[in-house]
Amino acid sequence: MKALMTTPRTTPGTTSRSARPDGTRRRPLTRGIGIQVILWSYAGIAFGPLLLVLMGSFRSNAEILRAPVGLPSSFDVSNYVRAWETASISTYLINSLAVTGASVVLCVSVSALAAYALARWRFRGRALLAAFFLSGLMIPAKLGLLPVFYMFQSMGLIDSRIGLVLLYAAGGIPFSVFVIMGFMRGLPGELEEAARIDGAHEGRLFVSIVLPLMRPALAVVTVFQFAPTWNDFFYPLVLMRSGDKYTIPVGLTRFFGEFAADRGTLFAGLVIALVPLAVVFALATKQIVAGLTAGMSR
Amino acid sequence: MVPAQELNVRPARRRRRQAGRTSLGWIAAFCLPAFALYGLFVVVPLVTAFYYGLFRWEGTRQANFVGIGNYREVFTRYPLSEEITAALGHNVLFFVGTMAIQNTIGLGLAVLLHRNPWGKRLFQTLFSLPYLISPLIVGYIWSLLLSPTFGPINYVLRGVGLDSWARPWLGEPDTALPVLILVNAWQWIGGPMLIFGAALAGVPRELEEAAAIDGASAARTFWKVRFPLLIPAVGVITVLTFIGCFNIFDLVYALGGSDGGPGGAMDVLGLLYYRTAFQGGSNAIGESSALAMLIFVFIFGISVVLERALRRREVT
Repeated sequence: MKALMTTPRTTPGTTSRSARPDGTRRRPLTRGIGIQVILWSYAGIAFGPLLLVLMGSFRSNAEILRAPVGLPSSFDVSNYVRAWETASISTYLINSLAVTGASVVLCVSVSALAAYALARWRFRGRALLAAFFLSGLMIPAKLGLLPVFYMFQSMGLIDSRIGLVLLYAAGGIPFSVFVIMGFMRGLPGELEEAARIDGAHEGRLFVSIVLPLMRPALAVVTVFQFAPTWNDFFYPLVLMRSGDKYTIPVGLTRFFGEFAADRGTLFAGLVIALVPLAVVFALATKQIVAGLTAGMSR
Repeated sequence: MVPAQELNVRPARRRRRQAGRTSLGWIAAFCLPAFALYGLFVVVPLVTAFYYGLFRWEGTRQANFVGIGNYREVFTRYPLSEEITAALGHNVLFFVGTMAIQNTIGLGLAVLLHRNPWGKRLFQTLFSLPYLISPLIVGYIWSLLLSPTFGPINYVLRGVGLDSWARPWLGEPDTALPVLILVNAWQWIGGPMLIFGAALAGVPRELEEAAAIDGASAARTFWKVRFPLLIPAVGVITVLTFIGCFNIFDLVYALGGSDGGPGGAMDVLGLLYYRTAFQGGSNAIGESSALAMLIFVFIFGISVVLERALRRREVT
């Protein structure tokens, strides 16, 4: 689990090249330029579509139909106003924030507790319990949707945001337990031992010693729980009924049906839906890289 | 991938000191919330799905026990029997195409970034930017960009004189699935790139230098020295790609609707399950539960086999 803390090392310089015996010093330069060209062109492919969406969001529908690609003629935000108010993207955004926020908090707290116990304490059935949680890493939980639907019906959780929160939190537990447990194993237990000797009970110890130490792992888990929950479409598609409780992805399907002909508004709606994730990405690139490579380390 | 590895309980050095120290109460307090949540909302529904699949249903009323009857029905009742083979075929093609395109390009980009670290961080960020976008939104973005008459892609093609290339990309059965593979690769390329990147950074420099001094060409050094050390990364990526490709739902829904595009050209198992469960006939619960179990066993089984097979081939 070492990679959890460190982003992949950047290899310094091109030391190996000077070690080449045949003295081809010139080639690396042209090759370097060639590589830069390839990299920039791929950057264009990765980023271009998003740029097209952004440009389209400031153009009027008539402009887009006349010339699908082009710079906006003026800085016109009326598409955004329409998407935000008429298409009630604002409602979807608030629902998404509430559901995602609550489920991340719930998931990370219960996972941190369990992962700590599993990593540090020895008790009967420990390995079995760990396997129980981690088996979820390969289980496509969504295949249980139909039973979930009937269970929710009997519990009165259909069309309820609380139901969504519970589902998402439960679904995120395997990955969170996996990451936090791995992190705890790499951490020496001396501080905890010392606190124990000082007479702190387990709950106190967890809150004031362990939680602060866990922070890097908690950050990774938070980001990785946030993104799929924010993005999820399957559960609300089936479980939510009333439009004012829709989260952004289901809201968007409705929005795309209603505004099918108004491309400018569609682009603006997409941009609004993308902003929160762009913020997360900007704030947490390091955690994202660490989480992506978490499964890799030995 | 992960679980089996985590099962190896570390030789517990602390066992004797700690034995009996943590009381059952604390263990329950720490483990029970996660256990209850995960058990109730993930494990119980899957077990229930298995149970549901053993019965015949009339609407929401549970009728008689039929054992594997529903499973037989899934494979024999028209049109389900044909849809399931078609959907499975699309999933397989989708997986193969993704391995060939997404992961090869990802490896290529990782190697380029490794050789030429200038701006590495910037490029990593740019390339993996689409990673966080909801697949549904990715689907909507591309369906707008690819739309036949007013889509920017066709507009550009016409603009540079390739009028014959301009087509309703998502409206023709022949192009729909390849487009799906490309759009999906566009989104996820950052994953293989970062994982390969981390693995490349872990290859000791001395090995490559030794090979270079011995006169090995760059290509030979890559295939003989570096690539074998990337095999664990290939394993991780293969398993992740497999799971991702067989769970796909949102992207296809956004690109082609719940029927899977023109003539069902992009129909996949996820969509088929959704349709069977929520738009199916009177025995929808029985059939869709059987289908869910089949998909589950298939995905889980193959992931485990893949993981084992690839782990054995690792270089020590």
